Amino acid sequence: MKTLLNHKQLNITLQRLAHQLIENHLDFKDTVIIGIQPRGVLLSDRIAELVRGLTKQPNISYGKLDITFYRDDIHTGNDIHLPNKTDIEFSIEGKHVILIDDVLHTGRTIRSAMDALIDFGRPESVELLVLIDRIFSRELPIQPDYVGEAVDTIITQKVKVYWSEEDKKDEVVLID
Amino acid sequence: MSLTVKHLLGIKELTKEDIQTIFKTADNFKQVLQRPIKKVPSLRDTTIANVFFENSTRTKISFELAEKRLSADVVNFSASGSSVAKGETLIDTVNNILAMKVDMVVMRHSASGAPWFLAKHIDASIINAGDGVNEHPTQALLDAFSMREVHGDLKGKRVTIIGDILHSRVALSNIFCLTKLGAEVTVAGPPTLIPKHIQDLGVRVEYDVKKALEWCEIANVLRIQLERQNKPLFSTLREYSLYYGINRDMLDGLEKDITIMHPGPINRGVEINSDVADSDQSIILDQVENGVAIRMAVLYLLSGKRDLVE
Repeated sequence: MKTLLNHKQLNITLQRLAHQLIENHLDFKDTVIIGIQPRGVLLSDRIAELVRGLTKQPNISYGKLDITFYRDDIHTGNDIHLPNKTDIEFSIEGKHVILIDDVLHTGRTIRSAMDALIDFGRPESVELLVLIDRIFSRELPIQPDYVGEAVDTIITQKVKVYWSEEDKKDEVVLID
Repeated sequence: MSLTVKHLLGIKELTKEDIQTIFKTADNFKQVLQRPIKKVPSLRDTTIANVFFENSTRTKISFELAEKRLSADVVNFSASGSSVAKGETLIDTVNNILAMKVDMVVMRHSASGAPWFLAKHIDASIINAGDGVNEHPTQALLDAFSMREVHGDLKGKRVTIIGDILHSRVALSNIFCLTKLGAEVTVAGPPTLIPKHIQDLGVRVEYDVKKALEWCEIANVLRIQLERQNKPLFSTLREYSLYYGINRDMLDGLEKDITIMHPGPINRGVEINSDVADSDQSIILDQVENGVAIRMAVLYLLSGKRDLVE
């Protein structure tokens, strides 16, 4: 097991990601933040809070998207996934959407998320923010726009992101 | 995490956890049904046959809508106008449908136990949409789901089931479902319509409807099934309505507002009066709405159980 980001590094990375978003979206007038259930939401909670604080705009639209019913592995022999809550209380029509997930691996989750998103309307653009990008392991042509940390991993390894809200600590580790 | 069963034959075979998994999944599907695009692609690789050997409007439409909202391909079969009239057996009929590569079968049959019989002989997942006077599991699930929406956790809640208990698969499935969830159940109606020894299922029996209503928080009023009664079990519908029909005066005489439910189709003026069925206390149309979400959840959860064709 190897620590990729400790508590301090994680906080600096989150700060940087928030600043990068503001650099591109300024006042977030036509931009919304959407976190992917279940684990991406823990990251997007932090990012949304930081962005709202830094821009002093407490009303930046922030939603949560569940992609369970859009997965492509429902009938591949694995146990069926149980859904989480989708919570998008605003229109995404014509908006710039920042999609947030904790770890980008094969790209299949993001593919599902884009399908799920488009059922809510036609966004002007969709960008992807991830905390950890597992480079060279993509199965679909999907690339992130904002990356916390890029790591080269092999398929048998696991990247685990711990959040103090759920796991009592802030840390990212690589498990062999 | 998924269900402990491969088929949904009856509530009797489900665990409490299974029922809660179905409810949790249905909560999410209910949310999907509020969106502008009320459809998800989950079952786009699944074909489902709706095989109805007995008449149905609500259940059939509800299942079909649920299947379409999940993007499944749907084929419908009804016994009237089919080869069943030419003497084909149940297994042959269903096997012929399965030979056309169907993954799941939703079946209603007038013979009690027919889905269990079929489950022994075919590989596809079977969902019982009502068998004779035995079970109607999705109805019980949507009933309990609707109760849960109004009253929260059903543990310790008091539910009265009123009417034709003897001929009702809804009653039996409701009893299994509610007792598994920890609710207290009373069945009420004329003695001729209440089966002997039903107390063994853990329910109270009450012959006085007024008392049964005073006791409960939720009343599920059942239809009088004249088509299943071979011999007269009460003298006239008017007499039944006078003694056992639910009317406004009866509800106004109670200390609290109870929730009124009915699985449909309603015989207005017989088991329930219009001023009750259409009142604010009635959640009859919510039951119908929830039916689609519950059936989506059941189909979704069971679809993962199907044997994959290599």
